[in-house]
Amino acid sequence: MALVEDNNKGRPSRAPFSEWFWPAVSTALKTLGSIAVTLVGLLFVTFIIGRVMPIDPVLAIVGERASQSTYDAVYDQLGLDKPLIVQFLYYLWDVLHLDFGTSLLNARPVSEDIARVFPATLELATLGIIFGVVLGVPLGVLAAVRKGSWIDQVARVVALVGYSMPIFWLGLMGLLIFYGILGWVGGPGRVGIFYVDVVPSVTGLILVDAALDGNWDVFKNAFSHIILPASLLGYFSLAYISRMTRSFMLEQLSAEYITTARVKGMSEWNVVWKHAFKNIRVQLITVIALSYANLLEGSVLTEIIFSWPGIGSYITTALLSADMNAVLGGTVVVGLIFILLNIFSDLLYKVFDPRAK
Amino acid sequence: MMGALLDVENLWVKFPSRNGVFDAVRGVSFTLGRERLGIVGESGSGKSMTGRAILRLIRPPGIVEADQISLDGVDLIKLLEKDMRAVRGQRISMVMQDPKFSLNPVTTIGNQIIEAYRLHNNASKAQAYQKSLEMLEAVSIRNPERVMRAYPHEMSGGMGQRIMIAMMLIPNPEILIADEPTSALDVSVQRQVLDIMDKLVKERGMGLIFISHDLNLVADFCDRVLIMYAGRIVEVCDADKLHEAQHPYTRGLLNSLPRLDMPRERLEVLQRDPEWSVAPSVSARL
Amino acid sequence: MAETQTLRQWLLTDTPSSRRHAKLSALYQGWLSFRANTMAMIGLWILVVLVLVAIAAPLIAPHDPFVQSLGDRLAPLGTEGHVLGTDSLGRDILSRLIYGARITLYIVALVALIAPVAGLLVGTVAGYVGGWTDTVLMRITDIFLAFPRLVLALAFVAALGAGIENAVLAISLTAWPPYARIARAETLTIRTSDYISAIKLQGAGPLRIITKHIWPLCISSLIVRVTLDMAGIILAAAGLGFLGLGAQPPSPEWGAMISEGRRFILDHWWVATMPGLAIFTVSLAFNLLGDGLRDVLDPKAGE
Repeated sequence: MALVEDNNKGRPSRAPFSEWFWPAVSTALKTLGSIAVTLVGLLFVTFIIGRVMPIDPVLAIVGERASQSTYDAVYDQLGLDKPLIVQFLYYLWDVLHLDFGTSLLNARPVSEDIARVFPATLELATLGIIFGVVLGVPLGVLAAVRKGSWIDQVARVVALVGYSMPIFWLGLMGLLIFYGILGWVGGPGRVGIFYVDVVPSVTGLILVDAALDGNWDVFKNAFSHIILPASLLGYFSLAYISRMTRSFMLEQLSAEYITTARVKGMSEWNVVWKHAFKNIRVQLITVIALSYANLLEGSVLTEIIFSWPGIGSYITTALLSADMNAVLGGTVVVGLIFILLNIFSDLLYKVFDPRAK
Repeated sequence: MMGALLDVENLWVKFPSRNGVFDAVRGVSFTLGRERLGIVGESGSGKSMTGRAILRLIRPPGIVEADQISLDGVDLIKLLEKDMRAVRGQRISMVMQDPKFSLNPVTTIGNQIIEAYRLHNNASKAQAYQKSLEMLEAVSIRNPERVMRAYPHEMSGGMGQRIMIAMMLIPNPEILIADEPTSALDVSVQRQVLDIMDKLVKERGMGLIFISHDLNLVADFCDRVLIMYAGRIVEVCDADKLHEAQHPYTRGLLNSLPRLDMPRERLEVLQRDPEWSVAPSVSARL
Repeated sequence: MAETQTLRQWLLTDTPSSRRHAKLSALYQGWLSFRANTMAMIGLWILVVLVLVAIAAPLIAPHDPFVQSLGDRLAPLGTEGHVLGTDSLGRDILSRLIYGARITLYIVALVALIAPVAGLLVGTVAGYVGGWTDTVLMRITDIFLAFPRLVLALAFVAALGAGIENAVLAISLTAWPPYARIARAETLTIRTSDYISAIKLQGAGPLRIITKHIWPLCISSLIVRVTLDMAGIILAAAGLGFLGLGAQPPSPEWGAMISEGRRFILDHWWVATMPGLAIFTVSLAFNLLGDGLRDVLDPKAGE
């Protein structure tokens, strides 16, 4: 009696179709539902911000000298006479059609403007995250494996400085030293003045466009311009990623299955990478997604410093000229990307972690 | 008990700390033949450290010192790390306490076993797979193909520990160190796991070091027992003569256990003598 | 028992004689282990000096931070009477940095008061009441977490208008959700514990349980988190100031000072460099302090 053990406790790795399909559908629906709620909430917040704004949207359109009747007509046309909730639904409807209204500055649809500036930010942040991951992950792993050694100290200082440094100031210092004094890199902007609009814009990513066009002069010039802001953003994500990697790795390295791997006679390199690192992949993906989202945000200040014509510059410029549609449109788009990145990392989590199934 | 497999002489494990060096194991000596050697002690007595020190698994800042840890005449303490890796798994292996923690949670059981085999054998994946299936069958796992595909969290504790034994025995080592292999398991499956381990160890003529806090279990299961206290061996005796043990600590342990054949009103509380922790370690070398 | 035991012995006792004794003893032992952490002590000292400087600003500042002197404009480092040089309007940079410390501390203190308290309220209520309240409150928290913080703060400031108080409000609005999460998690573990059941049996109401028994236990993890967030708050405030959305000129806010100096960065580097160093030093100090506090108060979370 005491010796009997149910061997069927180990579930098969592939259950019959009906057993996993419907739960999967219900999970997907739940996820979608919660995304929708978050999205609506996000739009509600921006909507409210738009309403409490001390700017009269009607005046902004009709101008100061318009007659009362014109004013009233536009007022009704904008739906401002309707209850707040109806106005919100209108807003929701518009945003779902990617219609963020027109910019008060240049009278163009905000969505077009955003589509134009967004690739610049994407290019910058992507290059930044590549730096951050390529350098930060190995640094964090090494710091954990050689805990207390000089490399751990270096990693600690790198992270501390990264957490404490104002990004816009470091950007200025970078410009001063590498552009002003040493002249190693290009200055502000995406390309030098002679290279503007030389290659046709296909993807909007200037490095890719130049490569597609085979115009290596433009590529070189664009690279010399992007390298400094991208390494700057990369440094901040490196600080975060290396720190998180280190603490994840420390947790895994003290786990008993690591001893098992050593008992098997495995080399330390394989113990670290094949066993410990494999266990932190999932957490790491979340951190990288979060870090990428933070880069989009960090790019607001970086873009100002480097006159980078991306979404950060766009929002800030709009802000300073009280172009509310543009500000809210930009905010919504960045918020959306945040949400998408979160979903993405959740999905990867489910793919990579056998326990999450 | 001729031809000792392992000869450990004057083994120390030290951990430097802020308040000086802490000695976890203090001058332990013993030999291991093709037998089942039990090491008994309470937590902190250094019994687990002794097991891990033999495999040189103590990580810095911990220090392992010994006059010798000789395996077939080769002194493990002098081996390069690279050569030590050839010893681990292939010649000496170890089963740990809780399969929930000692199996890698994100790798399939199959891959973990195959890996253990291929680290020491120049075998193809298919050969290793076949070998792993056989090994799983040897530890009485039904439906091994399914288990090979499964992840550790899908296994019960008893199955996990049998998988662990399979994984550790697949390179065919000469010595197995079992560090509290049944303490984390349900009482109902403990015996089953022990029997499987016992059978395999006997069949293969291996030496077994069985580390446990459970005196009755060790007395039952092993041939010879070392009793450790505060990093030292205080007494060595044959398992079947345990009741004739002399040392007051061993006696105290025995008297603090309830016995079916000798029911008592009150169990004794173990009285510790500070003398025990300064007396030199008893040698268990034959 | 020795009657002549010193205060130190009294504090280090293994057998406290009263609740207060035990509390003080725990505090003292925490302090001892904190003191052993050199980096954390450096952080603490920097902050003590900063507070003293802010308090004594009128006494130690060599010049009036607002007085312009166009004749002395853009004087370099080490100029007679202007150790850190002057800015584009001839104002003494050192004096402006000293007065700027007040603004920085003001912003940090306000945010550190508002955000954790708001988070604590939301989190404990959500965790304790549970059910729909929990779902709704946590949904709201998630929505705020879904926003990039700086961009949300920008939008808020745009709605509220530029200025220090609005910057504080905007940063607080973006900073509270993590605290709510922490407080909720703590509440959930405390809520089901046996001693809460015991208090309930004694007839304590939810209000009393939350304020007297749950809040005190959430405090230590919140303090650690706030200290670690301080650096972020400083950087956010400086960022808003840099964008011209925080403190307005001629206020000697450090971020705004960098923004002013930016135009001269290539020729007169010190104008933008000095305030940046000040921001860096202070947020570094907060990070060091926070690391040290975490090791003492919440050892599990460390390394």
